[in-house]
Amino acid sequence: MTGKQVTDERIILAHGGGGESTRQLLSGHVLPKLANELLNPLTDSAVLDVPAGRICLTTDAYTVQPIVFPGGDIGRLAVCGTVNDLAVMGARPIALSLAMVLEEGLDLRTLDAIMDSIASAAKEASVPIATGDTKVVEHARGDGLTITTSGLGLIGDGVSPAMGRVGEGDAILVNGGIAEHGLAVMSAREGLGMETQLLSDVAPLAGLVAVLLESGCDVKFLRDPTRGGLAGVLADLAEGTSMSIEVREADIPLTPIARHMAELLGLDPLTVANEGKLLAVVAADDADKALAAMRDHPLGRSAAVIGSVTDASPPLVELVTRAGGRRIVQRPYGEELPRIC
Amino acid sequence: MDAGRTQRLVEKIHTACEHLESVRLMEVCGTHTVSLFRSGVKSLLPECIKLISGPGCPVCVTSQGYIDAACELAQRDDVTICTYGDMVRVPGRSGSLELQRAGGAKIVVVYSARDALKFAREHPDRKVVFLAIGFETTTPATAGMILEARRLGVGNLFALAAHKLVVPVMEAMLSAGEVPLDGFLCPGHVSVIIGCDAYRDVAGKYGKPCVIAGFEPANMLEGILGLVRQVAEGRSEVENVYPQAVSTRGNPVAAQWVGQVFETSPAIWRAMGEIPSSGLDFRPEYRRFDALEQFDVKTGPDYEPAGCLCGQVIQGKADPSQCTLFAKSCTPVQPVGPCMVSSEGACAAWYKYNRAQS
Repeated sequence: MTGKQVTDERIILAHGGGGESTRQLLSGHVLPKLANELLNPLTDSAVLDVPAGRICLTTDAYTVQPIVFPGGDIGRLAVCGTVNDLAVMGARPIALSLAMVLEEGLDLRTLDAIMDSIASAAKEASVPIATGDTKVVEHARGDGLTITTSGLGLIGDGVSPAMGRVGEGDAILVNGGIAEHGLAVMSAREGLGMETQLLSDVAPLAGLVAVLLESGCDVKFLRDPTRGGLAGVLADLAEGTSMSIEVREADIPLTPIARHMAELLGLDPLTVANEGKLLAVVAADDADKALAAMRDHPLGRSAAVIGSVTDASPPLVELVTRAGGRRIVQRPYGEELPRIC
Repeated sequence: MDAGRTQRLVEKIHTACEHLESVRLMEVCGTHTVSLFRSGVKSLLPECIKLISGPGCPVCVTSQGYIDAACELAQRDDVTICTYGDMVRVPGRSGSLELQRAGGAKIVVVYSARDALKFAREHPDRKVVFLAIGFETTTPATAGMILEARRLGVGNLFALAAHKLVVPVMEAMLSAGEVPLDGFLCPGHVSVIIGCDAYRDVAGKYGKPCVIAGFEPANMLEGILGLVRQVAEGRSEVENVYPQAVSTRGNPVAAQWVGQVFETSPAIWRAMGEIPSSGLDFRPEYRRFDALEQFDVKTGPDYEPAGCLCGQVIQGKADPSQCTLFAKSCTPVQPVGPCMVSSEGACAAWYKYNRAQS
């Protein structure tokens, strides 16, 4: 391969210099895919017309290895993660910002593929990338590509999911199979050979949340169980409400492949990360209606009512196991470590 | 899983226990400890059955001296440590490998010995030391790694080896006679390698029933039922409720690999000291893979962190809750001893899954 081709196909430091190379990178690889009326003027800030009401603002930094994984990539992750942080507040996303730190040497075809998936995820979530930035760092100093996205969302009238509204008897729902993102990334990272069978669930949840909110159910609390898994969110809920949670293992959606892989690694699927899952707490009487609404949406076909809020003391998360036994569920320590044997 | 089947097994266990005041069963292996808690099986058993965690968590039985030697190696600029994930958080005299990593030491978590070989081949400029611990389940993988490294002429791969054998430690505990036991729930995966015959002396000479079981809830219940029935009927036999995977003689290929690279040797166990013929050391012709010899490092003396009862816990002499540090100054976030670090450790399992401890 000649030097020229390397320059043509890879990110070099000059792409971050602010000159002609930067302009070529943006006009050749970034802007055409994201084009929209907020971004197109390329002003220093995007200008939005916002109706009166409550606005949500969130930000998140994304780093994942490998940057392309089964079922998604860091671009899709960066859009969906921020969209989901807005969605679980009951907000409709109206704009995202996108800041990318590119590492010298990054293959431009990889960047192109990631830009495509950013564009398609944004389209799926019906949200424009309104503003952005790119920087380039030296080889071996940037993990390939890291992305930070911020998001603005509008909260509709009368929508107020909040932990404080959760009460005894409320039903807990989840929209589909858990643990798929964490296991897919782990499989790809470690070459465990499950990559064709197990895909990340990374998906924007704003549409599913909108359907649920419009169904007329009393939606009391929403959260996307990402790092820390379902266990982390349930533990937060028990702690935050000072109430107990009872969940039934047999009702928690989990595909056989995810179950087997978690077993192989000695991991509890409840503690493994998701990127397209929604945990919803609704009033007990609305459980069936909420379930039907979720199942009507493509991202909720395998939705299930997995448990309920109880007044058992002390406040704990308790799992009724498939075997019919009981055990508690705790928030995992930072990094779940696969077992030795 | 057929919930009806587990329910019927639970009922049979209750029936078999009707005339027994107390049945003390040791699950030898950490995988059983965790599976019994995680599946809720423990909560379904009659009160007279006491399940005692045994010395079968690979990280937990590893002596502190070994951890310190691993940390010493990690501090060398030319060394990359490849290790199973569980090991990185065990505190040693100068902190854990996790802390060393934060300070710049090169520590790579691998899922198998093969990954360490791959890493060594991809990084010929690094001296790669694999932390080779574990029982018969992981030993063939280490042996396979070394045989393959020799075949390929890989000169930069070494192993800090502290592999251990399950049956000798069971016999040592029975000989010491300090922990009253009525039988052993024997690990399915280890038994795939060593076969049912390996437990013959435990059942015959020591008169303790041994039942080999896998890790599915129903299979663990079948194992417990087998043990309770043997105790009730005064029998002590080796029984296999996991015949789809475990044979009488074990895996001859695995045995051949291990026998080629290693020979039986005395081994230091945490808090239990040296147990004869309970470990594996390199055969002379494979010493060039021995990290201790190649880097002139010594595994120092074993010791317990102040107040830590891990040494007692792994021998079944104490429950985790009897340790004054448990769930107070020792938690999964800030572990003092290895039983709280390892996902197979008894303390971690009690902390994570046992309602009474919360």
